[in-house]
Amino acid sequence: MARNRIRVLLAKPGLDGHDRGAKVVARALRDAGMEVIYTGIRQTPDMIVEAAIQEDVDVIGLSILSGAHLELFPPVIEGLRERGREDALVIAGGIIPEDDVPTLQQMGVRGIFGPGTSTEDIISFIRKQLAAA
Amino acid sequence: MDSSSKQEWRETTLASTLKRAAERQEKFETSSGLEIEPVYAPEDLAGFDYTRDSGYPGEYPFTRGVQANMYRGRLWTIRQYAGFGTAEETNQRYRYLLDQGQTGLSIAFDLPTQIGYDSDHLLAKGEVGKVGVAIDSLRDMEVLFRGIPLDKVSTSMTINATAPVLLAMYIALGKRQGVEPAGLNGTTQNDVLKEYIARGTYIFPPRPSMRLTTDIFAYCAQQVPRWNTISISGYHIREAGSTAAQEIGFTLANGIAYVQAAINGGLAVDTFAPRLSFFFNSHVNFFEEVAKFRAARRLWAKIMKERFAAREPRSWMLRFHTQTAGCSLTAQQPHNNIVRTALEALAATLGGTQSLHTNSFDEAYAPPSEQAVTIAVRTQQIMGYESGIADVVDPLGGSYYIESLTDSLEKEAGQYITAIDGLGGAVAAIEQGYQQKEIQDSSYRYQKQIESGKRTVVGVNDFVSPYPKITGLLRVNPEAEQKQRERTAQVRKERDNSHVNQSLERLEDVARGTDNAMPAVLECVESYATLGEICDVLRKVFTTQKEFLVF
Repeated sequence: MARNRIRVLLAKPGLDGHDRGAKVVARALRDAGMEVIYTGIRQTPDMIVEAAIQEDVDVIGLSILSGAHLELFPPVIEGLRERGREDALVIAGGIIPEDDVPTLQQMGVRGIFGPGTSTEDIISFIRKQLAAA
Repeated sequence: MDSSSKQEWRETTLASTLKRAAERQEKFETSSGLEIEPVYAPEDLAGFDYTRDSGYPGEYPFTRGVQANMYRGRLWTIRQYAGFGTAEETNQRYRYLLDQGQTGLSIAFDLPTQIGYDSDHLLAKGEVGKVGVAIDSLRDMEVLFRGIPLDKVSTSMTINATAPVLLAMYIALGKRQGVEPAGLNGTTQNDVLKEYIARGTYIFPPRPSMRLTTDIFAYCAQQVPRWNTISISGYHIREAGSTAAQEIGFTLANGIAYVQAAINGGLAVDTFAPRLSFFFNSHVNFFEEVAKFRAARRLWAKIMKERFAAREPRSWMLRFHTQTAGCSLTAQQPHNNIVRTALEALAATLGGTQSLHTNSFDEAYAPPSEQAVTIAVRTQQIMGYESGIADVVDPLGGSYYIESLTDSLEKEAGQYITAIDGLGGAVAAIEQGYQQKEIQDSSYRYQKQIESGKRTVVGVNDFVSPYPKITGLLRVNPEAEQKQRERTAQVRKERDNSHVNQSLERLEDVARGTDNAMPAVLECVESYATLGEICDVLRKVFTTQKEFLVF
């Protein structure tokens, strides 16, 4: 399905209030011409899946700095699968120890962007992945 | 040829140098974009009056420090923010830190504790013990402080929306240890306004939240006189991406809102103002940070004396805790963080902080390991005991640059306060999204500067090289959540549930009225009502606040 603008949902799963990164990325993606829906903080996995379906997004970005990624990402991925949206590109950012990266990738998180990432890298990653899809 | 003025020097000596070679940058700027001149000279302090603008340390307007002899009397308090997993594990870390010569405790609570959910709540899943220790009931506090006598330590608690509950637990624990409330020393952060602006752990709408805040002021003035009732925090505002000037401007504007709320609630300013304290960030731009601390002190002294007509000198004093900037740490070449943290810590002590947390080098990955936190503590000890910087008060005072920067920062911060006054005060401004928008703009500008190479971050956008993976990262025991849930279930089984229900009902009545809520909260925690049960009652009465999202 071709469309003009890439649609992205950025979400903050769990109780973590650190939203600086999510907001910077949201703005950078928007400046790069994407349509960005930002959920705000304190989202449950169910809320994120529901928003992704409702907004019919191509990309779901999960930002988390609380260390609860191994508990909170799987239900998001699972929920997308149940709703027939396993095609959506799921990426993540925040404080994620290197040792957890393979686990998350296996789960279906295709890009993981830690501290120091340039927003340009995220933008080009999204474009490449969607072009290849 | 010697110049007789800065202007002449610019036109002659400097001009000929610049003709030969351009400077490294087209412009040198502070974090808020204020241009930095090549040198500062007496001309830059035209109108500077030593007695009025600086004064001696321990005297109004306290630009040079709140105590007369500062660290010559006693060094700043080394206070590392710590907490993870269960109360048992955190208790071990506290005892380790005290053994290493740390002089005060600082409790990091997990997110469910901060947002008023017990560990067995649905929304707590995966979050228990992650960013701090999980506390559900007084039983957990008893474990947390096992072997730590409350009359021998001072304890700072990073707790805001649920501050009344945790303070009540601390008071109850003191009583069980035989320490009267009047013998307790410590701080509750209790600053909910910056939670709406930057940190995110609010529960209730601003107005009932402010009532709980000022209930703590009033209660402690009577019962816990040595308690720092609030720590009005710029730290998280800066971490969210503000400039230095915004950090102090927004923080002092929040301070004004709390003082006004307490006065409106019938408290006389000098009964509570001496117990107000502050918490700032120390970022990596060295001189700007030193000047920021000095400017904040002078500005607050004027606000308290002139705006609120406080008469007590202790009401004019801005006492503060500092933490080095978490957001300046890099995941790349993480050992470089030790140096960044040392520079930031130096700025904090030259700025006259009362206590200090130095970040650990591995914190861009996880909560600090024991090895990393030891280096962080040693950094402070090297500064305090080896470097000699603690031997004299405000050694940078009188520097043309520092004094001039102190002035500019005070002015810039003052403009933000005026803008917030114009919007109807801090609460109204938050509701309109003013501070949030300003911070987001600053943080985006900062990020763009890094990406364009205008701002160098060593190891990230320049001097990039391979680095070994750091090992020994702290990982929260995955069984902590289960263990914590079991303990809370046990507490619910063992306590006298009719007493619990009575105390919760009484709290509901008090919350609906106007009486101070603290005695009722204390009765609840002493009956072993849980934090979640207490907050459920308050949520029912006060309702909950949605995010003031500006985007």
